Amino acid sequence: MSVNPSIIKRANGAILPIGIICVLGFIWAVLVASRGVDPVIKPHAYMYIFAFALAIFALVYGIMQNKFVYNPYEYDDNVIKAGVIATIIWGVAGMTIGVLIAFQLAYPQIMDATGLSWLNFGRLRPLHTSGVIFGFGGNALIATSFYTVQRTCRTRLAGGMWPWFVFWGWQLVLIIAGTGYLMGITHAKEYAEPEWYVDIWLTIVWVAYLAIFMMTLAKRKEKHIYVSNWFYLSFIVTIAMLHIVNNLALPVDWLGSKSYSLSSGVQSAMTQWWYGHNAVGFFLTTGFLGMMYYFIPKRAERPVYSYRLSIVHFWTVIFIYIWAGPHHLHYTALPQWTQTLGMVFSVMLWMPSWGGMINGLMTLSGAWDKLRTDPVLRLLAVSVAFYGMATFEGPLMAVRYINALSHYTDWTIGHVHAGALGWNGMVTFGALYCMVPWLWKKKNLYSLQMVEWHFWLSTIGIIFYITAMWVSGIMQGLMWRAYTDLGFLEYSFIETVKAMHPYYIIRAVGGTMYLLGMFVMAYNVWQTIKGRGDAVSLTDEEPTARKPAVDAIPELALGE
Amino acid sequence: MRISKLHDFMETRSFALMVGILLTVMVGGIVQIAPLFYIDSTIEEVEGVRPYSPLELAGQDIYVREGCYLCHSQMIRPLRDEIERYGHYSLAAESMYDRPFQWGSKRTGPDLARVGGKYTDDWHVFHLTNPRAVVPDSVMPPYAFLNDKKLNAKLIGAHLAAKQAIGEPYTDEMVALAEADIYTQVDPDSDDIDAFLARYPKAQVRNFDAQPEITEMDALIAYLQIIGTMVDFDEYQANINDNAR
Repeated sequence: MSVNPSIIKRANGAILPIGIICVLGFIWAVLVASRGVDPVIKPHAYMYIFAFALAIFALVYGIMQNKFVYNPYEYDDNVIKAGVIATIIWGVAGMTIGVLIAFQLAYPQIMDATGLSWLNFGRLRPLHTSGVIFGFGGNALIATSFYTVQRTCRTRLAGGMWPWFVFWGWQLVLIIAGTGYLMGITHAKEYAEPEWYVDIWLTIVWVAYLAIFMMTLAKRKEKHIYVSNWFYLSFIVTIAMLHIVNNLALPVDWLGSKSYSLSSGVQSAMTQWWYGHNAVGFFLTTGFLGMMYYFIPKRAERPVYSYRLSIVHFWTVIFIYIWAGPHHLHYTALPQWTQTLGMVFSVMLWMPSWGGMINGLMTLSGAWDKLRTDPVLRLLAVSVAFYGMATFEGPLMAVRYINALSHYTDWTIGHVHAGALGWNGMVTFGALYCMVPWLWKKKNLYSLQMVEWHFWLSTIGIIFYITAMWVSGIMQGLMWRAYTDLGFLEYSFIETVKAMHPYYIIRAVGGTMYLLGMFVMAYNVWQTIKGRGDAVSLTDEEPTARKPAVDAIPELALGE
Repeated sequence: MRISKLHDFMETRSFALMVGILLTVMVGGIVQIAPLFYIDSTIEEVEGVRPYSPLELAGQDIYVREGCYLCHSQMIRPLRDEIERYGHYSLAAESMYDRPFQWGSKRTGPDLARVGGKYTDDWHVFHLTNPRAVVPDSVMPPYAFLNDKKLNAKLIGAHLAAKQAIGEPYTDEMVALAEADIYTQVDPDSDDIDAFLARYPKAQVRNFDAQPEITEMDALIAYLQIIGTMVDFDEYQANINDNAR
């Protein structure tokens, strides 16, 4: 597009603070590398030095070459394109690790063969969970929220260079955290494993993310804030609160890796599962509901089913979710009153969760036939169905008597993956398949047939996965509590482990199918970007396949 | 339509929306977490629970580093089969010096809350080195490398100091002697043994892995052998009012 040079804006405002952050980080990293006594943190010090030096170089180079200019009349889509690619890369990586550790449980001899500490299950498991939740899910949320907030506010992302700071900062969080797990650097809180020096960096990145989102909302050209943005905002705000409180810790040495949590025992357990359950609630639920509320109506070309329902279920879901954490601690040394509160609110949570499901699915009213012809819409719709299933199963498992059986077993793992693979994975696939042609200005995806393949590979893979885990989980729970006629425990622990073997194989096969689907998607997206197959490039004048309502911002005042 | 009108205010003001969300999500955590810090009955008062000795703490750090908590819980629930399988149900007090808690969420392997004293040191060495040589159907990763890694005893004083700063009852003497106490705990002939046991009652003193140097295997086994053994359950009265929660 030819743009009048007089409207080009410079992103100077963001450069100085980003530069200062990078220089401070660089100085700390150099201190650690030179003065630190803790040997395991040194590789991280060098990574930080490299990353911050690269960032400072890029800033200086960019200023000298006059690169940091933008057209305020255009959406800021380049950072979203980067986010789409990062989502796919982290998805492939995180799921590959998942398949590897699934096979390790089926065939532990894999670990005997190497004997390497960093290939053991205990080190790889956090790499898998963080890789898929924060790598795949996190990048998908950042990219789609940036996409959605611009379109629904009809304004360019605020902050000039800051969105790029968030993007690269987030990748740095992931790389430092992930390599840390391999080296054994962990805070030992599930889904919050990164140590203090990653937590602080993550906080800086996250505050920048919140500020960008808020500033973009503040300069919107629509009177009303669209429902997607309520959900995205609740995700960003609440994750900030959860992250900071749960990770309060005192480092042993300000130039070392290890820290001790400020709370201990029962209080740290409650804080952790307040965090852990709401990482599910706000990272994997409200964030992705924001995605659902934009991409389903857009793809189905139908309005959201009920505005009123969206209001009711939004406020109830965010209020109630926070209380559900103690259901991870039933029958533990956590006081009973807290457990009971957790159970009651978990059961109540069923209704607002299904409010979201109904609103998502019923948005297809009048467009049901498209499920037959459009595999992208089908991915989105089935994701919501899995969301409904997982949010019914969750309250069920949160009931104390059922939890007595299900807790500590594979049933929990199956439940998590019904949500993660079925809901988060598939809604992300759907959103990416929508966004890629829009962002790269192609008429269509490279191949819709490959989306069909992806759909069926993931659906069948999930079914293998969750049914295997239901059977193994419930079976092991029952075996643990089985008594003989003489009143002795019937099974030794290892007998119950042995009984898991066939299900661990089925699970690994299911996971492999899901991963294959991910590769199909990566290829399809790559070919689309390249403009092959059906992905015919569009000129600016032509409409895109499913063109966002507003592409440019003509009414924006100059100099804003 | 009233609900829509009410909501009009929130959804046309970004800052109000953010504040509204923040206030809404703060309630649950405040109600559930804050009281646990000041209601006395949250943690029962029990004889015997003490901060970890330097070697045990080094062992717990290794336990955390290797992600043991991902497959082993340390929380016996008050259910008949668990008490018969593992021992007395876990008390809140027993994990009061774990930062963070090691209750776990999954039992791919058995609960470890009362593993202390259940097996010999030799069993642990063999099992950790090659789990399937001892338990053929085990799916546990091998930890042979712990035999070859010398324990870095120099840094342990800083670890104790950090826990002391957070509020654990380590004395200045304990912090000062931390490194020396690591050597004391693996040497039954040490002159300082009585003073050491006064500092850390019930600590087990011996060469855990039978190797001349102090390895990470020593530390991990020292930790495993103390888990769940600090409270004397012949003395503990589970049914008195003070212990009901």
